[in-house]
Amino acid sequence: MRRREFLTLSATSIGGVLVYSLDRKPFRLFAQTEHSVRVPLRFFTEPEALIVAAAASRIFPSDETGPGAQEAGVAVFIDRQLAGPWGRDRYRYTHEPFEQNAPVEFGYQGKATPRQLYREGLKDLKGFDQWSATEQDNKLRQIESTLFFSLLRRNTIEGMFCDPVHGGNIDMIGWQLIGFPGPRMSNYADVDKHFGEAFRPKPVGLGQTSGTFRPSEDEE
Amino acid sequence: MKTLPAVDAVIVGGGWTGLLMAKELGSRAGFSVAVLERGNSRESSDYPGTMDELDYAVRLHMMQDLSLETVTVRHDSTQRALPMRQYGSFLPGSGVGGAGEHWNGICPRFLPDCFELLSRTVEKYGARRLPADHSIQDWGVTYDEMEPYYARAERMLGISGKAGNIRGQKIAGGNIFEGWRSGEYPTPPIKIPYFSALFSDAAKALGYHPYPNPAANLSEPYTNPDGVSRSACFYCGFCERFGCMVGAKAQPTNTLLPLIQERKNVSIRSGASVRRVICGAAGGKRARGVTYLDDEGEECFQPAELVILASWTLNNTRLLLLSGIGEPYNAQSGTGTVGRNLTHQVAIGAATAFFEKPLNRFMGSGAAGVCISDFDGDLFDHSGLPFLRGGHLLALSSGYRPIANFGILPPSVNAGWGPEWKKAAVGYYDRTGFIGFSGEHLAYKGNYMDLDPTYKDRFGDPLLRFTINWGENERKMAEFVTPKAVELARAMGAKEVSSFPGLKNYDASRYQFTHIQGGTIMGSSPDRSVVNPYLQHWQIPNLFVLGASTIPQNPSAHPTLTILALTYRTADAIVDRYLKSPSRLA
Repeated sequence: MRRREFLTLSATSIGGVLVYSLDRKPFRLFAQTEHSVRVPLRFFTEPEALIVAAAASRIFPSDETGPGAQEAGVAVFIDRQLAGPWGRDRYRYTHEPFEQNAPVEFGYQGKATPRQLYREGLKDLKGFDQWSATEQDNKLRQIESTLFFSLLRRNTIEGMFCDPVHGGNIDMIGWQLIGFPGPRMSNYADVDKHFGEAFRPKPVGLGQTSGTFRPSEDEE
Repeated sequence: MKTLPAVDAVIVGGGWTGLLMAKELGSRAGFSVAVLERGNSRESSDYPGTMDELDYAVRLHMMQDLSLETVTVRHDSTQRALPMRQYGSFLPGSGVGGAGEHWNGICPRFLPDCFELLSRTVEKYGARRLPADHSIQDWGVTYDEMEPYYARAERMLGISGKAGNIRGQKIAGGNIFEGWRSGEYPTPPIKIPYFSALFSDAAKALGYHPYPNPAANLSEPYTNPDGVSRSACFYCGFCERFGCMVGAKAQPTNTLLPLIQERKNVSIRSGASVRRVICGAAGGKRARGVTYLDDEGEECFQPAELVILASWTLNNTRLLLLSGIGEPYNAQSGTGTVGRNLTHQVAIGAATAFFEKPLNRFMGSGAAGVCISDFDGDLFDHSGLPFLRGGHLLALSSGYRPIANFGILPPSVNAGWGPEWKKAAVGYYDRTGFIGFSGEHLAYKGNYMDLDPTYKDRFGDPLLRFTINWGENERKMAEFVTPKAVELARAMGAKEVSSFPGLKNYDASRYQFTHIQGGTIMGSSPDRSVVNPYLQHWQIPNLFVLGASTIPQNPSAHPTLTILALTYRTADAIVDRYLKSPSRLA
């Protein structure tokens, strides 16, 4: 078994929000305190997790529009996805031969799994988390057309807006940002009302509505 | 191999058609029936607490496991086909209930002339108007013959809608272009959310004839003629790719399974992968049963008096090819029937509309929305147009989930990540809606299914291979309808509109409905079809094939209702005629 790696999330890095540890115990971090929480990593090494966190924050920044990948815990979400069945292509057809130069309308035809694509892609970003924002953006523009970048971008969106049971969208900040209420059981009384005006019920996640949901990344 | 005790009927596949046939034969004929379903067992009570976009709608938990088996795809017979390694253009279901568990519930009938497409088109425009490489044909059944079965299927599902044509009487507010109906829908239309209401008003203003989409998602509590009760829809917006949490959306597990579970003579075996249909040695004129691997991996032979394939387009076709039943279609010579007439549907987001006002799109129901059929079928004159047939435009409010829809932006935004992108994407998230188009796909000589020479499944059997592309007819149809959708979007008050860029090659990576059809098509001649109009195999009278694989070419409407109506018709033919005289029904 490999040495256990941790990502340290501090109040200064992610503000006053809820984060989840590996066993899904919620910790609330407050900007005023010195608290930090060490989240055990399932797939990334700590340097890799820091690079992913920094890159996700350039893709989905925290700015005057609202919180971003940093506060949503996107790096922890991606770590869990890669450790789970999706990361190792458990449900993909992986028989040979692989045709690497297939036209896009046949979908991804490569052999590499998401885990391999991340591990390879991150090699090219050594020290990324230490760079200035401009240097980081320049680098991301350089790799914009790679498979690795499109995967990172897609996973960043997933980590912003997934149900918090998956480790991202901490405190449902992604849903609050866009006015999505999550798995809200009934809109019967509202669906044909509120025409032309924003109707924004308070978001509720599966953690509150269902105690039994088992996320796919926890499967063997 | 273990030989099991014989049953009256073995049914391959436990989705809509398989379970409907099991229920009909089990209750009306007292048959012993074994349903073999290769996926998991499932109950309607499994769904509460599963409203998770990531696992269900993105990672696609309810679909077939592609690591075990997929299809290969190519555009013409000169290419080497490539496997669909992850899901793209369609999403086949798995497990009890099949794709009927995670559908949207859109339930229109097909237009009357769809059933006689070849003869009606030739009659009106002459044979020279048809594309030279077409292979369209009549079904061998007419709309008038189908009507009572449509009505029966609608009552079983409790369809919520508004009739537009009752026995020839046109009714404003319903679809006045639809074929005649013997009566009103079983339940009133479901509610119309804001985005669809905007579309309805704009369509009226432009002189079109909008109508509420017929829905299997109930507008009010309903008890069907079988005594099965379901509750009304809550508009939670988690239909497509999900099972219904409250049982408002008709699914095989909440509409048919409760009746089957009451019967001792019908059993469902999940985890049962059927490998071959076994035919008699003497000329192969009778099916003897099927071989399958059970859920513990043991090879079994299930003898049966009747063999019924109900395992959707892909597996129905593949089982016949793997079992050596019938002559495989040969695209070069035009001979053979198994695999011919593969079609999809021209499913495009014709216009994407960006608004200033929020739309509250999270509220909705799978089939909630408004359609216009003014450009469907042959309802408009094609004399001066470069294509035949058409489809319907649809403003659907199925719910709107963020992972799938965040970042859809108007052409004025030129960023894919970073602050500018984020700001625009946050702003437009709930201000975006799609006007979809669902159009007919004609059948062509060059579009077919056969067995792939390279790629294998987990057992080492060849995968099914698609050879499929759009014809000029589909491309021109999409070109014609796109500006109509843009005009509608503008009339709805959109401040920016982006339009569909045009159909190029068949794109296996873009989702376009799960309406893959053909392969074991029905017809009135054994030279050009695999099954007769009662879905009975032409050469093997105790073998029946149900579902979308029997549809000769793809109409524009969603096919589930028609497939259920055809299944009822076949069940009647078996119970009322075949049992008295087990021979050819046509």
